[in-house]
Amino acid sequence: MADAHSTQSPKVHASIKHDSAPLHVTGTALYTDDVAEPAGMLHLAFGRSAHAHARILSMDLDAVRAAPDVVAVFTAADIPGDNNVAPVAKDDKLMADGEVVFMGQPIFLVAAKSTKAARMAAKLGRIDYDVLTPILTIAEARAANSLIEATQVMTRGAVDLDAAPHRVSGSLEIGGQDHFYLEGQITIATPMEQGGMHLLCSTQHPSEVQHLVAHLLHVNSADVTVEVRRMGGGFGGKETQASLFAAAAALVAAKTGKPAKYRADRDEDMEITGKRHDFTADYDVAFDESGRITSLRLELASRCGCSTDLSPAINDRALFHSDNCYFLENVELISHRFKTHTVSNTAFRGFGGPQGMLAIERVMDAIAVHLGRDPLEVRQDNFYGPGRDVTPYRMPVTDFVADRIVADLVAASDYAARQADIARFNATHPYLKRGIAVTPVKFGISFTTSHLNQAGALVHCYVDGSVSLNHGGTEMGQGLNIKVAQIVADVFGLNLDKIRITATRTDKVPNTSATAASSGTDLNGWAAYNAAMTIRERLAAFMAGRNGVESESVVFEGGVVRAGEEVLGFAEVCRLAHFNRISMSSTGYYATPKIHYDRKTHTGRPFLYFAYGASVSEVEIDTFTGEYKVLRADLLHDVGRSINPAIDLGQVEGAFVQGMGWLTFEELVYNDKGRLLTHAPSTYKIPCASDRPKALNVDLWRAGENREPTIHRSKAVGEPPFMLANSVFSALSFAVAAATGSRKLTLDAPATPERILRALREGTA
Amino acid sequence: MPHKLRFYLDGEIVSLSDIDPTMTLLDWLRYRAQRTGTKEGCAEGDCGACTVLVGELSGERIDWRALNACILFLPMLDGKALMTVESLKGQHPVQSAMVDLHGSQCGFCTPGIVMSLVGRTMGACGTVNVDPADVLAGNLCRCTGYGPILEVSEQNPAAAFDDVHIVDALKKIRRDDMLILTHEDTLSGLTRRWFTPRSVDDLAALRLEMPEARIVAGATDVGLWVTKQHRVLDNIIYIGGLMTGIEETPQGLTIGAGVRYAEAQAALARLHPDLGELVRRIGAVQVRNAGTIGGNIANGSPIGDTPPALIALGAELTLRHGETRRTIPLEDYFLTYGQQDLQPGEFVESVFVPALDATDFVRVVKLSKRFDSDISAVCAAFHLRIAGGIVTFARLAFGGMAGTPKRAHATENVLTGKPFTPEVLSVAAEALRQDFTPLTDVRGSSDYRLEVSGNLLKRLWFEYHGESREAVHG
Repeated sequence: MADAHSTQSPKVHASIKHDSAPLHVTGTALYTDDVAEPAGMLHLAFGRSAHAHARILSMDLDAVRAAPDVVAVFTAADIPGDNNVAPVAKDDKLMADGEVVFMGQPIFLVAAKSTKAARMAAKLGRIDYDVLTPILTIAEARAANSLIEATQVMTRGAVDLDAAPHRVSGSLEIGGQDHFYLEGQITIATPMEQGGMHLLCSTQHPSEVQHLVAHLLHVNSADVTVEVRRMGGGFGGKETQASLFAAAAALVAAKTGKPAKYRADRDEDMEITGKRHDFTADYDVAFDESGRITSLRLELASRCGCSTDLSPAINDRALFHSDNCYFLENVELISHRFKTHTVSNTAFRGFGGPQGMLAIERVMDAIAVHLGRDPLEVRQDNFYGPGRDVTPYRMPVTDFVADRIVADLVAASDYAARQADIARFNATHPYLKRGIAVTPVKFGISFTTSHLNQAGALVHCYVDGSVSLNHGGTEMGQGLNIKVAQIVADVFGLNLDKIRITATRTDKVPNTSATAASSGTDLNGWAAYNAAMTIRERLAAFMAGRNGVESESVVFEGGVVRAGEEVLGFAEVCRLAHFNRISMSSTGYYATPKIHYDRKTHTGRPFLYFAYGASVSEVEIDTFTGEYKVLRADLLHDVGRSINPAIDLGQVEGAFVQGMGWLTFEELVYNDKGRLLTHAPSTYKIPCASDRPKALNVDLWRAGENREPTIHRSKAVGEPPFMLANSVFSALSFAVAAATGSRKLTLDAPATPERILRALREGTA
Repeated sequence: MPHKLRFYLDGEIVSLSDIDPTMTLLDWLRYRAQRTGTKEGCAEGDCGACTVLVGELSGERIDWRALNACILFLPMLDGKALMTVESLKGQHPVQSAMVDLHGSQCGFCTPGIVMSLVGRTMGACGTVNVDPADVLAGNLCRCTGYGPILEVSEQNPAAAFDDVHIVDALKKIRRDDMLILTHEDTLSGLTRRWFTPRSVDDLAALRLEMPEARIVAGATDVGLWVTKQHRVLDNIIYIGGLMTGIEETPQGLTIGAGVRYAEAQAALARLHPDLGELVRRIGAVQVRNAGTIGGNIANGSPIGDTPPALIALGAELTLRHGETRRTIPLEDYFLTYGQQDLQPGEFVESVFVPALDATDFVRVVKLSKRFDSDISAVCAAFHLRIAGGIVTFARLAFGGMAGTPKRAHATENVLTGKPFTPEVLSVAAEALRQDFTPLTDVRGSSDYRLEVSGNLLKRLWFEYHGESREAVHG
């Protein structure tokens, strides 16, 4: 019997397989590029900027137009409406118009009979530039005061760095990260009658693509339909970044009347699309003998790239997570958002949270190393607790469980004994050193832009008792669809084989938020529940009337409906309801309660609740080469009452390995002209199978239960476990310190072997 | 009559003519054959989403190997059998195990992973008796963290597989004469030709006739010229199946230029374990099943996965020009960046690696950002003889430190005749600065390359005295 607050329902809280798994393993799951191509389809490629910053003086595209199999060539001048693909600030162009602001920026668009012909022709454009000096790095932008918005400051209390017995300062560089979704960016645009446009697009944000394309084509949003069945990975990289390719395909389809496909190749995808922001963090912290922080000044700076994109919210989230699990009584958090002539950085799993959190973890480690105290104890002494339970943005922390999770993890992972073993190993081995670290995670759940916290769903029951399920969330592998299907199946007391999961479409559920901020199940799960409950209540009323019982007494369970003495199969109930002219279709809607936030003062309750977790990692480094291995990692994560433990475990483990990649060898290298040199897997290395620690123990925290009324008391899981990887970085820092004996931590992220070696050198210098 | 290329697929012989000779198997599968289960993730052989199995007739059986379809030119399949994820018809136990253990999330890499794992259950080349993670090093997954997939790999859930009918089919399409394909290319306006000679003598003659033709063996490099640089190659000579001999004698090891990494690995490991590990770390299974030792040398890469090690061991290269052969020290082959001692009409035929004495101390080290399936920042090979505490012989070679794989003569001179001590090794480490002025690139800075190369020299003292390298290097 469904009760969205119940923790006992059999369909939910079950490790049910991903609905598409049988399709994945047989190659029959259809991704956008797998859909059969209609005759006459055009294939697209951008002609792109050869400079990071320049004025376009003239363009000669004759050779492009004359190239074999080229059908048409378009520039910004051909756009009927807005030349804009930006999510918020209208400052991202589909194609450059007069000025280029990053290396590889699209300038013109080739439509040809084959992908190969389009890509070859795109190289033939002759463009004269007036080359300008680009601002490429955080340092250069700082010097030029180049910002995408005013520096933001979040403060509380009175920061006095001289008032405590101890004070440490330092800085940390934090690298960016490419999403490296395995399926690259892609859209197929098909012209429909009367100026309509259908887009099959690999996007996390169908509604935004719809609205941008409508404005770009100068048509109504209702004329544009965006459809997403599944993505081959997203991770935030298809939240705003899909719009560019969708807009290109839509423009060509509208102009030529032919279906058009933009399939970016890997290099182009990595050069054109935004990434996780790289940050610098400068800290100055005062603390007592125990390591408890009395005052902290933390200055964050990020490289936002050439436009606004989502950078304000991302940098805000870095601020929101600069406390992590620690009470900061007197604190000044400063956040610079720098504008550079590089690709516009964007959403990526964690959305600024990881950078803010890594900074405060470095502060904790710096305090511990300074005092010679156990870093775990320093952390525990700074935890939120009674009387120390308000964040720097004034949100009370009422659901803090990181202390209990850490205690459980420390016991289960044999932390203390291993610490002693490591000390012995380090004392004896001439050049290999080990490190171990425990780091906690507290991650705020809700979009911090409050109006985004809403969702819709559409459910139909058919007369044969089958159910069509649609909602505004998108499936990128995270298992959203199966979780929502479980929730709906539970409402009707049906098996999952009666629930048809359908593609996300803007003409079914309108005005949706991006599937982002870990919110997919929280929002769409409730919306679908509400839709299903509306239908169930109608059916229950009908059955109650037939049998002269109360509606509330009608039970939907095991494929049958019981009303008084009558027991009918669900299909029979649907058939009868139809004959009695009862609607078996309903929308459902959900808006997150309780949240509010005032961005001017940076105060409020931006989050409905927090998700928690902790990890302990042990690493070994070779002090001659800087090479390392993660020997063992133990993860314990709180997902509340899990709707699907198998899916949630997959998220936790996958996020950890992805986070490990970010902090270890995923390195974005730009040259001094602003060209990204690591634009393919040959040069940009994400973790492969052998990088997964040989010993990796992953568990969901059994005691977890959401205190807030989330769907079935579950907690969001997409992003929070990404930051479990922070313990890898701390452990590497300690291994370096074990070699140098230094009281200064100098390791920067990503901790490539080269950076480990540099930290070793700086530590001993 | 113009030739057709023929290969076996799911009970049928596919017969194709007038195709672009550099059309990749992946493009053919996805856009011509509507077999879209095989995915493109990178089009450069680094992600494995396009993994397929290719079988070659070997006597009365089929040798299967996992390959990246994205950099496999279609004519390379001639006379072979192909198996894609569709061939499994959803009935392979690897597929059900992947479902049951929650081994897919977004599912895009999954067909490639399934094919790698199925290949392993069939005993495919390069996957027998290896670590489950090694089978998968060439299959990137961004979602799962690999745990469930490794579990499937450990279970190795096999299915009975009868390939007798495939053996028969391949016998029927076996070709004794040279395959010649011709294609009038509308995009480039060129007449493009593909040749697959069936003997080394034919190759030698053809090479003289067409010294400008591009020789392709595994296409792990040339494939990218096409998929990434959109280069148009007019004449191509494919040498697959030629020069595949491995000869082990007390004097040393002779490896034919056409021997693939996967097949050279065991013989090189017998010569010295570090050589086996070096080869294991070249690309991943799919790359080692395609790339050849000869191709690795012939293309003259400054990184050169195997050349630094082979140079340190004193390898010799045999080059063939028509009927004549010449043998040169391998180190002399690499002239400067992008230029090798290869005359028009000449080709690499084999490499000879002398056997080691029991007293030889050899260490080969590859340093890269990611441990597996990455390209070296530095590859260092040390070959020393130490008698009575004195270095009597030193031959050191490095990749990634100059425009070519190169010996460190100044450093060798510092070491030779000196006592093998930490102090002398420190002096030698400094001498590397005379030998090399490395570049800064995405794989490492010039300073790092110099510093870490020196450190490797210093570490030799510990390694010589038996200090294990333990987990970091495992």
